[in-house]
Amino acid sequence: MAAPLTLLLLVAVTVRAALYRSSLADLISERVEVVSPLTAWKRVVEGLALLDLGVSPYSGDVFHETPLIIYLFHFLVDYAEITFMLADVITAVALYLSVKDYNKQVFRKQKYALEADRYPLDCLELIRSPKEMQYIPLKVAMFYLLNPFTILSCVAKSTCGLNNAVIALFVLSTIKGNSRTHSSPAEGNSIYPLTLCAAALLYLLQRQYIPVNLRRFSFWWFVAQYAFMYLGSLFVIVGLSFFLLGSWDFLPSVYGFILSVPDLTPNIGLFWYFFAEMFEHFRLFFLCVFQINVFFYTVPLSIKLKEHPVFLIFMQLAVISIFKSYPTVGDIALYMAFLPVWSHLHRFLRNIFLVSCVLLACSALFPVLWHLWIYAGSANSNFYYAITLLFNVAQILLVSDYFYAFLRREHHLSHGLYLKRKDGSEATLVLK
Amino acid sequence: MRWEETVVEEATADKEDTSAPETVVQSSVPQPKDDFQEELVIRPLHSGDIYASFQFRTLWETDFMRGNKVSHYRLFPKSLGQVISKFSVRELHISFTQGYWRTMQWGQPFLPSPPGAELWVWFQDSVTDVDGTWKELTNVLSGIFCASLNFIDSTNTVQPSASFKPLGIGNVTDHRFLRYATLPREIVCTENLTPWKKLLPCGSKAGLAVLLKSEKLFHSSFHSQAVHIRPVCQDWQCKTTSWELRQTLNVVFDLHTPGQGKLEWSLFKMFSRTLTEACPLASSSKIYIDITDDPQGEQFEVSPATHLLSQAMVLGDRRTFSVYDLTQQITFGTVRSLNLLIRWKSSEDMLRPLLHAERYVAGYGLQTGEIHTLMYNNHPYRSFPVLLLDSVPWYLRLYIHTLTVTSKGKDNKPSYIHYQPSKDRVRPHLLEMLVQLPPNSVTEVTVQFERALLKWTEYTPDPNHGFYVGSSVISSLVPSIVAMDTNSTREQPLFSSFFPCKEESSYFMRVYTEPLLVNLPTPDFSMPYNVICLTCTVVAVGYGSLYNLLTRSFQIEEPSPGLAKRIANIIRKMRGVPPL
Repeated sequence: MAAPLTLLLLVAVTVRAALYRSSLADLISERVEVVSPLTAWKRVVEGLALLDLGVSPYSGDVFHETPLIIYLFHFLVDYAEITFMLADVITAVALYLSVKDYNKQVFRKQKYALEADRYPLDCLELIRSPKEMQYIPLKVAMFYLLNPFTILSCVAKSTCGLNNAVIALFVLSTIKGNSRTHSSPAEGNSIYPLTLCAAALLYLLQRQYIPVNLRRFSFWWFVAQYAFMYLGSLFVIVGLSFFLLGSWDFLPSVYGFILSVPDLTPNIGLFWYFFAEMFEHFRLFFLCVFQINVFFYTVPLSIKLKEHPVFLIFMQLAVISIFKSYPTVGDIALYMAFLPVWSHLHRFLRNIFLVSCVLLACSALFPVLWHLWIYAGSANSNFYYAITLLFNVAQILLVSDYFYAFLRREHHLSHGLYLKRKDGSEATLVLK
Repeated sequence: MRWEETVVEEATADKEDTSAPETVVQSSVPQPKDDFQEELVIRPLHSGDIYASFQFRTLWETDFMRGNKVSHYRLFPKSLGQVISKFSVRELHISFTQGYWRTMQWGQPFLPSPPGAELWVWFQDSVTDVDGTWKELTNVLSGIFCASLNFIDSTNTVQPSASFKPLGIGNVTDHRFLRYATLPREIVCTENLTPWKKLLPCGSKAGLAVLLKSEKLFHSSFHSQAVHIRPVCQDWQCKTTSWELRQTLNVVFDLHTPGQGKLEWSLFKMFSRTLTEACPLASSSKIYIDITDDPQGEQFEVSPATHLLSQAMVLGDRRTFSVYDLTQQITFGTVRSLNLLIRWKSSEDMLRPLLHAERYVAGYGLQTGEIHTLMYNNHPYRSFPVLLLDSVPWYLRLYIHTLTVTSKGKDNKPSYIHYQPSKDRVRPHLLEMLVQLPPNSVTEVTVQFERALLKWTEYTPDPNHGFYVGSSVISSLVPSIVAMDTNSTREQPLFSSFFPCKEESSYFMRVYTEPLLVNLPTPDFSMPYNVICLTCTVVAVGYGSLYNLLTRSFQIEEPSPGLAKRIANIIRKMRGVPPL
């Protein structure tokens, strides 16, 4: 498996390097779909320049990265391109290894279930074979590295690539079950990956064969250990950030900024136009509603998917990417990389053609309508906003479609594939 | 006519205490002596326009610094006196300008001012809450001058760290007590002129102020009225201080007719009034006509002629002036009115101003842009440093790492940069730089910015007009051709004694660039309900699909029976019989 992966990495690095050398690099780094006020490279350079001038980068409203980024790029600013390419490579390799490990576990569980005769007889065609699962890790790495969204994000030097690398390493350490390296640096740059800790907790419980039973002591003991470790690493990161500049200024500039959304620069998300047109009286209320919306799917999804934590991670990443305050295409690329892992669900997907057409059309229309609004002056903000809405609806349909297919397959695995009604005729399955 | 004179004399005899006879009873408090001077300087410009500068100076001998309350006002206007004492103001400079001063066509003004309204104030050390005092002061001044100065708030106020040193006495260096704000959008009209005229001791009834008629003053290329209050020394030892109030009005009248042959201007043509007397309260009332460009009198003709000549060092140059002293009755001649007539031929060459600046916005589209400031040093062999002050509103996000300063194609690094980044909706950007301008060169300062999308309530009612960025201020000590007069207590005409002169080889100059007009991307203002509904619909689509999948389970669908059977089932259920 190493040779095709290496080949893939080489191709990916070549494509990125070629784009860095071309004139498109400057053009791409200005696009609002690819960079946001949180992740733009121009702002990182501005923060470093302010530090050189003797002014704290957080005294203004331009720089919204954690001090860890200042630490990192203080030394690496000349090698920025290599850093971002390396981040992409790390993400791809981490996803590759984690999916490989996950597939092994899936196959092992499936084998035990087959031996225990837990599957009804007619759903043997739903059973997965090792041959089919062999190329999935490579496909995951390919989906991530050769996704145009990822390439754009890397060429624009958006720090979203670094975030994705950290989240991928988090996923890898979860799946390997390696509690020592498992930490919360995913927290470092934004607060939304907090929701991934529930999924990680469930996975680790499953791996240790601790049943999720609220009345058992072993469950609570493990939860306490995990919470202690997670919060500990979080405090370490925040403390490190404090010691760089010796002040807590970064807290309102980074986390306060993400939560209160003062900057209304257009992006592919739902927040900017909503809060640009918001009545002042209701601003705080809707801000709370939208921020809670990101977090509150955690508990219901965890309850429903407690047997399938990796799918839960996928769902959480998707929900974060769609509903976060400053999304970019780099966030979308991360959860789309997981799609080959569920390729066996293709027979239950209902809207996939529609969704893919809409996503492609919207991706093509974003730059067109932006140009018409900002440069040509012949359209107005409503056009761009409409495409934003459509893009997000398509993403929501994609995610819910995969969720439906996953649940349906689980249902068939326990109740049989070809269902019959009471009178013997073929049945249809609905959600009730 | 005679009756008018007597009435005025009686009225002013009540007010005037300065020439009280010596038989007055010796009171324990020494009578403070107020002094009022007025002057008008008329300078023909090379483009054929004519520049008239009025200055009215009131000296008020009282000492606020010792904290004694004053309640007796003579020549000094009570409203301003109360403002100074209540808000512990050390220096106050406010100007209202309509139009932009074209340095390359008109030369240097005596008192520069940026378009719109500009206010800068030095507070005294005893003020504890400078921001609160500043807010109250702007509101009070807004009432006194009938201007919308209440729009000055923290989003357009800055604290310059090096420009705007105090012009009066005092060696304060703590810039915490300095506040500077401009409103480039402010319009000046008769409503602002009337309260300004009311502050004068004679009002607009006697003296030079009778010429200030608004229909002529506002029909001009440039109009600027200002009020400057500062503490000054009484004598060269500076044992006592007094407050100086200078009210200045600069106006440039257009040349309507094409310049063929001789140009002719008169007081009546400019102001639609002639002068009949000086202000009785004034200790000095003079008119200066600048005749430097033609001392022989061949091309230049002033009538009625005068033999009084005066020379003054102003703006680095020695200028010659014909003087008309209005306190002498002989000036008004037999007709008892003075209408100065000036005829001259405009010449091509003009002394090029040594320092000149321009500013413009480059770029296209509504996403990004670049501010370019050009500073011209026209001195043939001397280089001198300038302090550039830029205050950019927060919604144009400056990127200071893109700042470049180039002179003659090469990089020119500023020796001092003070940059305070903006905070959204709280304070603007402040950029101050000390740049050395090489001789005979153009220095270009460029900085990139990004345009922000604002909340729909933050746009003005005409959002597509654009947003104004206040003028840049360029302050510098320019090398002068003639030796300047550093003796500040000698009797000098008012126009040459405004800026304190510390050394002989240079004089202080301040140049203002044009204000900028920048367009921002706008949302659709008719859409708040629609946007809320549509966005909430998308969120609800997400919520709905996930809710369905989370709370429902898969079941086999049983086909529902026909309508007749359903009704029968309902009746059966009511009867308590099992359904069909």
